[in-house]
Amino acid sequence: MTSRIGVITFPGTLDDRDTQRAVRVAGAEAVPLWHRDKDLKQVDAVVLPGGFSYGDYLRAGAISRFSPVMETVIEQAKAGMPVLGICNGFQVLTETHLLPGAMLRNNHLHFICRDQKLRVENAETSWTSDYTSGQEISIPLKNIDGRYVADARTLDMLEAEGRVAFRYLDGNPNGSLRDIAGITNEAGNVVGLMPHPEHAVEPLIGTGRTDGLGFFTSILKKLVNV
Amino acid sequence: MARVVVDVMLKPEILDPQGQAVQRALPRLGFEGIADVRQGKRFELEVEGPVDDAALARIHEMAETFLANTVIEDFTVRVDS
Amino acid sequence: MTLDTVKHAAETPDTDQPWAELGLKQDEYQRIREILGRRPTGAELAMYSVMWSEHCSYKSSKVHLKQFGEKAPENDALLVGIGENAGVVDVGQGYAVTFKVESHNHPSYIEPYQGAATGVGGIVRDILAMGARPVAVVDPLRFGAADHPDTKRVLPGVVAGIGGYGNCLGLPNIGGEVVFDPCYQGNPLVNAGCIGVMKHEDIHLAKASGAGNKVILYGARTGGDGIGGVSVLASETFDDTKPAKRPAVQVGDPFQEKLLIECTLEIFKADLVDGIQDLGGAGLSCATSELASAGSGGMRVELDTVPLRDSSLSPEEILMSESQERMCAIVEPGKVDRFLEICEKWDVIATVIGEVTEGSQLEIFWHGEQIVDVPPRTVAHEGPVYQRPYARPDWQDALQADDAAKLARPANAEELRAQVLKLVASPNQASKAWITDQYDRFVQGNTVLAMPEDSGMVRIDEDTNLGVALATDGNGRYAKLDPYAGAQLALAEAYRNVAASGAKPLAVSDCLNFGSPEDPAVMWQFAEATRGLADACQTLGTPVTGGNVSLYNQTGEVAIHPTPVVAVLGVIDDVNRRTPIGFAEEGQLLYLLGDTREELGGSAWSQVVHEHLGGLPPRVDLERERLLAEVLISASRDGMIDAAHDLSDGGLIQALVESCLRGGKGARVVVPDGQDPFVLLFSESAGRAVVAVPRSEELRFTDMCGARGLPATRIGVVDGAEIDVQGQFSIPLGELKEAHEATIPGLIA
Repeated sequence: MTSRIGVITFPGTLDDRDTQRAVRVAGAEAVPLWHRDKDLKQVDAVVLPGGFSYGDYLRAGAISRFSPVMETVIEQAKAGMPVLGICNGFQVLTETHLLPGAMLRNNHLHFICRDQKLRVENAETSWTSDYTSGQEISIPLKNIDGRYVADARTLDMLEAEGRVAFRYLDGNPNGSLRDIAGITNEAGNVVGLMPHPEHAVEPLIGTGRTDGLGFFTSILKKLVNV
Repeated sequence: MARVVVDVMLKPEILDPQGQAVQRALPRLGFEGIADVRQGKRFELEVEGPVDDAALARIHEMAETFLANTVIEDFTVRVDS
Repeated sequence: MTLDTVKHAAETPDTDQPWAELGLKQDEYQRIREILGRRPTGAELAMYSVMWSEHCSYKSSKVHLKQFGEKAPENDALLVGIGENAGVVDVGQGYAVTFKVESHNHPSYIEPYQGAATGVGGIVRDILAMGARPVAVVDPLRFGAADHPDTKRVLPGVVAGIGGYGNCLGLPNIGGEVVFDPCYQGNPLVNAGCIGVMKHEDIHLAKASGAGNKVILYGARTGGDGIGGVSVLASETFDDTKPAKRPAVQVGDPFQEKLLIECTLEIFKADLVDGIQDLGGAGLSCATSELASAGSGGMRVELDTVPLRDSSLSPEEILMSESQERMCAIVEPGKVDRFLEICEKWDVIATVIGEVTEGSQLEIFWHGEQIVDVPPRTVAHEGPVYQRPYARPDWQDALQADDAAKLARPANAEELRAQVLKLVASPNQASKAWITDQYDRFVQGNTVLAMPEDSGMVRIDEDTNLGVALATDGNGRYAKLDPYAGAQLALAEAYRNVAASGAKPLAVSDCLNFGSPEDPAVMWQFAEATRGLADACQTLGTPVTGGNVSLYNQTGEVAIHPTPVVAVLGVIDDVNRRTPIGFAEEGQLLYLLGDTREELGGSAWSQVVHEHLGGLPPRVDLERERLLAEVLISASRDGMIDAAHDLSDGGLIQALVESCLRGGKGARVVVPDGQDPFVLLFSESAGRAVVAVPRSEELRFTDMCGARGLPATRIGVVDGAEIDVQGQFSIPLGELKEAHEATIPGLIA
């Protein structure tokens, strides 16, 4: 039996089908989850994909955070279920306080879509074990509200505890503090990042790199080993 | 119906590039003497029933949990008369 | 105010009506009275005025557009032709693709962000209404001079609007163009294209049939957006003395549109609709009259059931409102509940507003009183048709006689080098990454090629790797010199771009942007361009499947360059075989395909170096274009080339610079014996491409070109970190990159 990875669709989610494909490419079963359903359909892990859920009208991710499915996700994440938030999904995770900090409008105020180089700072989370610490990867970045902020104490804590999971290289694309592209919770089961690993899993598509596949193979190995 | 206004502003220490963009544009448009601009959000709530302490407390709770993200934003609640 | 009912109108034949203010001519108003046998009610007058506007009725262009049908080449791939929301083409494996390009020019000048955003929204709904899932968008744009202050207002707003709306819909933006020219000052062209994919059996049409079937309006509530926008905005030239005629701007809500897309696709999947139409220009007036006109029966609508955002709207305003993100569906009574259920799932408001009737009239009621009783065909499909006078302008001869060949050329290698740098840094030839990086090109996970590639390409089947490509092109400078040839060159370039990517060109959509049809010179340009395009489509075997005409793009007496923007759709059996533009492998051989003549009229060089426009555009040879395309496609399929780039504005040097920067490798170029280096680098002769051939494939490739009779000249090799034109100059890639990439951010950001 293969692992079941849930992919949540909120109204306005855009990358749900891409994420399902990435899950399949890695060899797991993708299970679509609907924002109104509390039931997680027995999935082993959950991905919150990118997009503009509820139009990002209040704040990015703010309205989704209160959807029925998130009640269960929050509860399960606290109990150790692996959760990955990509882009808008990362914003939702900060709104739920599963991850600290918040996301604001890019410092240049423009949407930016580009191939972004990152350094994997923490290769021990549920979603990064297939990388090595310090490994450099390039995956697409595309957002307008991607500037990670937190107060200095939180930032110091994240650094001290090794919870900065990814850092931007070759130029900070949006003004994120300390070049932070993604972070993890203390237990390493909840990870959020702005760039899009699901868009870099096939050699032919997008940037032509497959640097993002490691997220999905990491979780698959972890689930199989459990 | 009474109106309650919730103003949400970025905390002073948080960079506000939108406000800065407005501020930079002002001299170009001939508006001098503005040292800083910060952009915020204003919510106008039309309240059913009396706006008593209990109603205001609920609105405060709403602002704190939903309308504002207190990680980055401050808010004020006031009755619009 | 009393309601102007049908009964009231019949009783008060002499009431003065504001037909002129609504943009109708006296004879048009008379015709409406003849059709109805009485004066129209206010609501009827609103409907006729908006539907008989230039924008909706194509009254000036219709007589010329007919040629696209009459001259349409035999093409088995065409499933739905001109006249529907968009054409549909068979791309094999049971898939059908629908695509179309439309303009949103005037609204984007007034309010760049919302104008451009709602342009994207409108074309996406057109595609959706055919039954297809939208899979990609493209945006051909034209702005005034890059250094004009107003361009700094319009361009960032338009780009942010396209990005803000398209990115929110989850549609990759894979192509388009950005062109600057002073002629577009005050009349920017914001064209938007969309591709949609479906299975053959999913094709839906805009018709209302089956008496008793319900008419359901779903999507956003109706507000006062853009009331009169269609008739007034799109049909009148800007005139600063009458600002009051500029109506409210439509405001888009991409989140609502995203829900509308997913909701509509689920409704299609459940097979719940008989006919469907999106609401765009002319709103409910257009949707109800077109659906009824194309169907077999009549239609009855209870207008007071329409959900409103602004309760003070009058019935006339509701009929004319251009509120965005709305669709209208014809649904069998037994399927209505399921339809409403799906709408509820997606938080989309849906309301039964009427039904298809046995009769033949379109009847609209307001709280039980009849305010519209019209034959729908007279509103939607039998509007006025004009034979506008046209005449070759008296300045055309002088313009063509002003030959670019006489312009001063670089005197030595140093000047040649300087002009190369000047060309690649000029706003039109410079990198547009600052713009295209504001668009999401990765979403949906099927993007194979996107800007700055020759065409945008998306995979449509993950198992078989079937894909489609789309390129849009249009050179207003060429068309100004010779509109017949200019339109053909636009088609030839888009056709070549699709083939250069490895896809087989199949069909065409066009967006014809011109000045005022009331000017015989402009009308001549229009007549020539449509004739040229229709003739060329016939020769190349690529039918026009639909498109859009935008007239009155002028300020005062000054019209824009005639700007036919042509989109060519192609199909590729296996996207693994696509050909990118970048030179990525050192040692590969560079071949120039086609003939290079001394052709500088309308060229980028003449514009950048001399600010000159005169002479004749490059010669058109459609048989050569077809041959070149066949070679490019065969070479791609059989793995004989690793990169290809079409040659167009800026000539060979522009193509070399783009391909080198894209692939990160330099090139050593040898000027063939007897060839003038300047002409080789800057001429814009059509029917050419440059390709990178692996050495192992050279013989096979040159044999193929020889056998088919396509000139192929070895001009160099991929090598080093500079472009070195031997005996002339050498420019490091770093210097080229800086020149090419710094311009647009420097001017606009």
